[in-house]
Amino acid sequence: MMDYTSTEMMTIAAARALANDDVCFVGIGMPSAACNLARLTHAPDITLIYESGTIGTRPEVLPLSIGDGELCETALTTVAVPEMFRYWLQGGRITVGFLGGAEIDRYGNINSTVIGDYDNPKVRLPGGGGAPEIATSCGQIFVVMKQGKRSFVDKLSFRTSLGHGEGHNSREKLGVTTKGPNMIVTDLCIMRPEPETKEFQVVSIHPGATREEIIEATGWDVQFADKVEETLPPSAHELEALRALNARTAAAHGEQA
Amino acid sequence: MARIMTLKEAVAELVRDGDKVAMEGFTHLIPYAAGHEVIRQQRKGLTIIRMTPDILYDQLIGMGCVDKLVFSWGGNPGVGSLHRLRDAVEKQWPKPLALEEHSHAAMANAYEAGAAGLPCAIFRGYRGADLAKVNENIKSVTCPFTGEKLAAVPSIRPDVAIIHANRADRQGNVLIEGIVGVQKEAVLAAERSIVTVEEIVDDLAPPSPNSCVLPSWTVSAVVEVPGGAHPSYVQGRYPRDNAFYKAWDPIARDRDAFKAWMQENVMEKGPEAFAAYAGERA
Repeated sequence: MMDYTSTEMMTIAAARALANDDVCFVGIGMPSAACNLARLTHAPDITLIYESGTIGTRPEVLPLSIGDGELCETALTTVAVPEMFRYWLQGGRITVGFLGGAEIDRYGNINSTVIGDYDNPKVRLPGGGGAPEIATSCGQIFVVMKQGKRSFVDKLSFRTSLGHGEGHNSREKLGVTTKGPNMIVTDLCIMRPEPETKEFQVVSIHPGATREEIIEATGWDVQFADKVEETLPPSAHELEALRALNARTAAAHGEQA
Repeated sequence: MARIMTLKEAVAELVRDGDKVAMEGFTHLIPYAAGHEVIRQQRKGLTIIRMTPDILYDQLIGMGCVDKLVFSWGGNPGVGSLHRLRDAVEKQWPKPLALEEHSHAAMANAYEAGAAGLPCAIFRGYRGADLAKVNENIKSVTCPFTGEKLAAVPSIRPDVAIIHANRADRQGNVLIEGIVGVQKEAVLAAERSIVTVEEIVDDLAPPSPNSCVLPSWTVSAVVEVPGGAHPSYVQGRYPRDNAFYKAWDPIARDRDAFKAWMQENVMEKGPEAFAAYAGERA
């Protein structure tokens, strides 16, 4: 078996969750790598949409920003940003939204705004961007984040985007009809919401990771599903496609591959 | 009718202390040269508006031009934080900075409402999100037909919009191509506008009858500044200078390094310096 890093495992596990007929709203960074890996492996016809207005984009290299020229040049069409948010996102045409953030809680609520008090923050983060409406308008949400006590927290400093609120039917009570966060992929495991309470629980552990590590890297009393699987390790094909994508990207951005 | 002007004249006449200024550009076509001219002319007390403030707004904030920022995502894309923005928010340097923070959907809708002459934008948004608790400009309305509760924000009506575009003709008609962002909406929503372009040509030659064109009579001033979007980019002309976006991070982390960079590269330079980035003419 080939050696691989926990970041590669995370990206590949996230890519596997996407289907060929998905229409996916892609965030920059880890989600972008996962979505394009899916397109380059098992989901060649997936529609990737970036909030800069590019629809059906097929970049050769990963963009550094949400609006790199590569996205526009390889897109089926590029629309204005108001149209993107009104017709395409709010219009309910996106099946999967990918989100990350600085903090996430047990119900998949995410903070990407501030650490500490909003008016007098310890750390001012970039902010939510499209996340508040991505979280409520896409059919479902996948989250990709490295797992650690400072990011998987018991209580968020600020709720930038809605997950399952306080659990149970919180979304319904707020008039939100979409499914919300349905999977969190980390460098250690995969979590899914418990069907009733909507609290995220571990359903699959990546090869080499342990329950103790996961408990140690989670700021709440993390639960494990009755049946916990071991994540399938990356295949040679998946690893080669991901590494080739990363090498092309590094070369294009003027770095050593 | 738009007037063809120099950048110095256009900023001197159209951008005033205390103005609400929108310098738009969604990664693509960011009006760096024009923003630098605003810094050189030392405008003060500005409210700057932009969905995705990046390095240019970091520079305006760090140079003390700004009292308030209206935004939805403020970072160095793919790199990290804007350190001058953070320093202003966390440590009030060089002065306190007021924030009005929205989501992208809210700002995009608010620009469109501004262009449409409406007082507010209505959309399905902010459900379960804390921004509505800290921004008093986020309210809600009830649909009179269905009873659905919807989010409402005031429309964006800048005093002046500043954008960069691919080209203009000698009458001042402007063509925007590629990732068009919210630039058309920003110009139509604003009282005054400055459009810098890569080149001014005899025939605008829009490639399609549906091309994104701002007619001359919707624009106050057109200025030819080749390379004027660098380190942002112009589709088909020059690529985004991703290496510069990465190099900015250590410069902006340190107040003295930042001030020295601004002195050398902005205060002691003019818009002609951008021509070096313009690439081959098509």
